[in-house]
Amino acid sequence: LSLRAVNSSRSAFASFLLAPLFFQLYEAGGGRHDGELCRCKVLMKSFLGVFRSLPSLEKTVEKCLILLKPRSSRLVVQLHCKHGVTKTHNLAFQECERLQAVFDTQSYSSSLCAPARVLADAVVHFAPTLAEVTLGAGPGDKISLRNYVEDEAEANKTMVTELWLAEDEFQAVAVTPGSQITFCLKELRGLLTFAEASNLPLTIHYDVPGRPVVFTLDDAVLEVHLVLATLSDLESSLQRPPTNNVSNLAAPSDDFADDLESYMIALETSTDQEASGVPPSPTFPLRTQRPAESNQEEEEEDEDEAAVPGTPPHKKFRSLFFGSVLTPGEPGPAPTQEVLAEDSEGEY
Amino acid sequence: MPLSAQHPASGESFVLSASLDNARHLSSLLRAVHFQDHATCFATTNGLRVTVEAAKCVQANAFIQAEIFQEFAVQEESVTFRINLSVLLDCLTIFGSSSLPGTSTALRMCYRGYGYPLMLFLEEGGVVTVCKINTQEPEELLDFDFCSTKVVNKIILQSEGLREAFAELDMTSEVLQITMSPDKPYFRLSTFGNAGSAHVDYPKDSDLVEAFYCNQTQTNRYKISLLKPSTKALVLSCKVSIRTDAQGFLSLQYMIRNEDGQVCFVEYYCCPNEDAAEAEL
Repeated sequence: LSLRAVNSSRSAFASFLLAPLFFQLYEAGGGRHDGELCRCKVLMKSFLGVFRSLPSLEKTVEKCLILLKPRSSRLVVQLHCKHGVTKTHNLAFQECERLQAVFDTQSYSSSLCAPARVLADAVVHFAPTLAEVTLGAGPGDKISLRNYVEDEAEANKTMVTELWLAEDEFQAVAVTPGSQITFCLKELRGLLTFAEASNLPLTIHYDVPGRPVVFTLDDAVLEVHLVLATLSDLESSLQRPPTNNVSNLAAPSDDFADDLESYMIALETSTDQEASGVPPSPTFPLRTQRPAESNQEEEEEDEDEAAVPGTPPHKKFRSLFFGSVLTPGEPGPAPTQEVLAEDSEGEY
Repeated sequence: MPLSAQHPASGESFVLSASLDNARHLSSLLRAVHFQDHATCFATTNGLRVTVEAAKCVQANAFIQAEIFQEFAVQEESVTFRINLSVLLDCLTIFGSSSLPGTSTALRMCYRGYGYPLMLFLEEGGVVTVCKINTQEPEELLDFDFCSTKVVNKIILQSEGLREAFAELDMTSEVLQITMSPDKPYFRLSTFGNAGSAHVDYPKDSDLVEAFYCNQTQTNRYKISLLKPSTKALVLSCKVSIRTDAQGFLSLQYMIRNEDGQVCFVEYYCCPNEDAAEAEL
């Protein structure tokens, strides 16, 4: 059984793969006439509504039965509780395409493995509302965790918390010295809670800034992946050409203008990756991660701006605009584009 | 300090006068029926009944029998008045609503009759508050005409079993459907909301079921917004009796034990929706 979710700005993807042995009883493939896998999606709110109160669930529920009824388009979740009480929820579902993030942890340069408790204890020091955090490999084989401050202007007013973890806290450390990545902490908290409760070690795979970071939990019957977009770091990309031939459009300011001309100029000049001075383009904000492929309606892989719920409309517009300008023949982002998660269909 | 010493000048008679050492015995019951601002109070020598109605479809009654009071005197055959229940509750809980053991608010209630306000004298820790609440013309109340001979189905359940179900009712559903049957599913609460349908089933042999008298399979739908307030009474109660008559009218009777172990009752009556209920998935 695979459970997957992606957030609305497509900067976080989670997948839980549960082997048949995880369950007391597992029967797959029952009622479908064409024998194909049944793939459906359910509104998160509806599904979570079934498991509303975790403490009371633990106290009263003895068994949970999940049944898919393709013919009536219902996902049935039945809770068998104490005193013989049965709670049945018939949730409407929609069929959908495969939702899969593309990532390859084998090619990643750094990885860490630690008991979930180590990271859970570490993040306790950061405010619950904190959006981004930077994980880095520091001198002396220490791993650092520090909150990310967006602006230089803010840096003087914001409290910076930095935490160092010694190598021996981890079960495995294989990191590139000086490497660091910035990702959204909020999206990770849920997984950390689960990892702690299930007592599994957490593995972190990361590469250069801009490439997603992957958090993995592995067990005999359970495989969990959380893929988060990371902030692409302007300076480091200028020093080291990106290995996958994708240009990072430079932009020191957060302002952008719908100025096609300067965009085109920036594109042409940035293809020469060894060039020491890529003219700063006012068109795109620093946060631009991988630009989307031209012939796909991909939304920008923006760092999830947790402070602002959802992606602001003007940015979305820009990413589509961006997409339409790029034609396959033009010099620009290489086709080996990292599509983090494909659209299962159009606007939900 | 006995509050009767604070009685206003003698010579004025009250048609209703009552004393209660712990005002919470009254306020908690009134809260259980507080889903509208106004209530009708009806007092006889047997005790006090407070009635709240809504939409001409639902009626809740709280009964506080004379034995609960330290003093309860009614000079006429019956005394009836309409009063703002929100204000009455605010006054009864004027010293705060937290229930610390050992502290309680003493109450003396006096009513001179038609046209006069209800007087409340509340005392806690030596501090006395006097409240005068205007009364209104009593309105005609619904008569559900629900007597035990007309009952078709009856189930008595331990309240703890229903509390979670009522608290988690899918409020995006317009109706609460109640099925009572001598056969499976025996007793079922269903909602049909945005997420889909949800059912909670109680088998007749569950240890939550104290009594199960179902003769006929009945499925009735009630407006969920009208029944949701009954959750307050459910939370206070230890047992609930669920009865329906041939027309599908619903009677919910809650047995509530107060801090001193005395038993009071709150009941809710509700009309079924007119359209014939069809059981969904």
